[in-house]
Amino acid sequence: MTKSFKTRYRIVIIILAVLTAMLLGAIILLALGADVIKTYLVILTEPLKNKIGVTEVLLRMVPLTIIALGITVAYRSGIINIGAEGQMAMGILTTTAVALGFPNLPSAVLIPFAILAGAVGGAAWGFIPGFLKAKLEVSELLSTVMLNYIAAQLYTFFLRGPMLDPAELVTGSGTPQSMRLTRNIDLTRFIKGTRIHTGIFIALGLALVIFLLLWKTSFGYKMRAAGASERAARYGGINVPKYLIIAMMISGAFAGIAGSVEIAGVHRRAIEGVTSGYGFSGIVVALFGGLHPAGILPAAFFFGLLIYGADMTQRLVGVPANMVQVLQGIIILVIVATKMILANPYLMQRAEAKWNTLFAKKQTHKEVEA
Amino acid sequence: MEQMTKAINTLRIEHITKRFPGVLACDDISLEIEKGEILALVGENGAGKTTLMNILMGLYHPDEGTMYINDKAVHFRSPNDAFAYGIGMVHQQYMLVPNMTVVENIALGYKQAWKGWKLDLQMVRKRIEEVAQQYGLVVDPSAYIWQLSVGEQQRVELVKTLCLGAQFLILDEPTSALTPQETDELISLLKNLSKNLSIIFISHKLQEVKDLSSKVAILRHGKVVFKGNTIDHSSSDIAALMTGHEVVLPHNDAPACTLGPMLQLRNLKVRSDRGFFALDDLSLYICKGEIVGLAGVSGNGQKELAEAINGLRKVESGTILFDGRDIANFNPAQVIAAGMGYIPEERNTEGIVPSFSMKENFILKDTESKQFSSHTFLKKKVINETAEKLRSEFDIRSPNTDVAAGALSGGNIQKVILAREISRNPKFLVAVYPTRGLDMGAAEFIHKELLKLRNDGVGILLISEELEEITNLSDQVAVIFKGKIQKVLPSSEASRRRLGILMAGVKDDEEF
Repeated sequence: MTKSFKTRYRIVIIILAVLTAMLLGAIILLALGADVIKTYLVILTEPLKNKIGVTEVLLRMVPLTIIALGITVAYRSGIINIGAEGQMAMGILTTTAVALGFPNLPSAVLIPFAILAGAVGGAAWGFIPGFLKAKLEVSELLSTVMLNYIAAQLYTFFLRGPMLDPAELVTGSGTPQSMRLTRNIDLTRFIKGTRIHTGIFIALGLALVIFLLLWKTSFGYKMRAAGASERAARYGGINVPKYLIIAMMISGAFAGIAGSVEIAGVHRRAIEGVTSGYGFSGIVVALFGGLHPAGILPAAFFFGLLIYGADMTQRLVGVPANMVQVLQGIIILVIVATKMILANPYLMQRAEAKWNTLFAKKQTHKEVEA
Repeated sequence: MEQMTKAINTLRIEHITKRFPGVLACDDISLEIEKGEILALVGENGAGKTTLMNILMGLYHPDEGTMYINDKAVHFRSPNDAFAYGIGMVHQQYMLVPNMTVVENIALGYKQAWKGWKLDLQMVRKRIEEVAQQYGLVVDPSAYIWQLSVGEQQRVELVKTLCLGAQFLILDEPTSALTPQETDELISLLKNLSKNLSIIFISHKLQEVKDLSSKVAILRHGKVVFKGNTIDHSSSDIAALMTGHEVVLPHNDAPACTLGPMLQLRNLKVRSDRGFFALDDLSLYICKGEIVGLAGVSGNGQKELAEAINGLRKVESGTILFDGRDIANFNPAQVIAAGMGYIPEERNTEGIVPSFSMKENFILKDTESKQFSSHTFLKKKVINETAEKLRSEFDIRSPNTDVAAGALSGGNIQKVILAREISRNPKFLVAVYPTRGLDMGAAEFIHKELLKLRNDGVGILLISEELEEITNLSDQVAVIFKGKIQKVLPSSEASRRRLGILMAGVKDDEEF
């Protein structure tokens, strides 16, 4: 197999995959009676036309990136975390608790403290499925999904009960939300007239941290080895269960941090619907980004664009924003299919044979000339 | 309805050439096989054997050259064409569905049994019995595949191919997964089969080439470098032609145990995955600078023994004294730290992390060591330099050290494992089937390295099914049977016959 053919083959397959995804999406758009080309144009270009649009996309990129980084750590270590949604909710609760409990701490202390609390909340929620998997071989697919429900109910309980905004009790509207948190926890919005906040630098920093952790340290090496081949890792003296649990805790901690940052940067109080599916979209971002920080950043931007663009299609073309979830589903299917195609050497061999029979004449001709 | 394939009296290929970009896989190959002949196709990995067989099976089209069946030129466009002419292949990896019965498996490819929506299993069963009788191939049609041993599964594959009407059999390394007993059975079976049809088999093992084939063809770099009648040539002639130089498989003839004990196993009891005692009161002593070969039919506790020593399996009772310290039930990291080296049976899934690069695999056991990391950060430069050094020292053939270890050939994967284990300076090495499935060149290399290690004072437990390998390398041969050591004898007294009897479980062998 020549190297150049391999690269060309991969590029062609990826282009075909993108076209397939767009085509499948187009079928559904047509079924909705929408203008396909206009819808795609709105989703992909409309948000980028002004400052607000771009910053709103970046704003959505922050939690997507942080969660996807956590998912990557788990995935690379051989455990699939579908529980980021719940871990994020737990992170929001612990962050809120800290902010409510210590409103007078200066920003420089409170913000790291609150984010750390979010990490601990998420890590605790990640520890449970990690422990169950490592010690009792409970499938993490089951346990993480179940824990999402539990977290969602706990979240509602706290917002309606212990953390409920006292003002709600007075007015009696009873919206389940905490009071406006102390201003000391606010992440700075650094561009006037937009909501973009310093959380984006936290996300970028964490991407670097994950890259260094996974690929440059012996700790990350062991986690990746445990994920890539459990038997070989065990043979090599790596305590696989231990690293499974640690990876799941890191993964949960990242989801928790995403929650903290979202609260401190955007909502400024715990309200319902903060997680809004970021925990699931984060999985797609991680896979789409090739489970590598360098891929996750553009992937998160792309999905931020999709999510924000979908809001606009609702307003501009009348296509419901839920369409994005359909698109996400299609993208997951296409990624999985593409991965299987790329991993099949026989298919590539056959493609090459076809290619050679089709163009063999030209080649010999060239050789003669040479 | 009977198969309508005509008998193949002669199959001849002339001037077959097949190019892949940058490689000449088959270079002007001409061969001829007549009915009743068995051709052994030998050559090192990458010599072009598989490409040639794929051409015969219609999977590849030759760039030049022609194939003749019964003196008529034929062109196969696909494997279906090859089947139609009666050419059948038994692959190295069996294509059987484990949770289906023998009849059901054979019915899968047997188109005459497909009656609309129904499958005529009765008819397939009858056909199996016919074939079984005609060729003396005994299989139980109602057995499930998972119940069968590897040897029996292979017989099912043969029956399947014959049921489909094969007149010409291609066997890709048919004995690579068989025990010595099963190998002997297969060889007599194939001899019997060859009365009625022709066979080509690919092999790395000289012994079976000598035992089975009537003709031998040796491929090297895509060319036929030798063809002739097997009977006219000695094993060492053939071996020399295969590698292109005179191969004298290294032989151990140094004095035994003079340096004192290194590993003492006392009354070990270890359970198998299924819960019975796979090791039952096993005791064995191995000295520094000594190779003890463990012979036995696979499944008599070899795997469990290797895993128990290396901390991968719980020891129920007994002690493992390693350099004076009991390491029974240490965890793998502790066993490694104590100075144990281990070449595991499953080189592709256990010995390496297949998706990791070669250089990453070299540090699998040493990510925490001062040599390769400081404050948990890996030392990229040292790792790269060490990898380059090991690659050239152990002659690992790959474009660089960044290739995924799983993409290497079997021989090169084994060299990666060996390089890692030896470079860690172990006090002792457990080597399980270290050359299984490897070509002569790679096997020779690994044998030399093991002997070198022995002469440096390292004790080695060599677990193998190749009696020749065991007797050539070992100072002592221990025979394992049902989880016990049947007998330990000096290598000089371990004749093939005597080992065979001990391996079969007969204890009192003094008369031989």
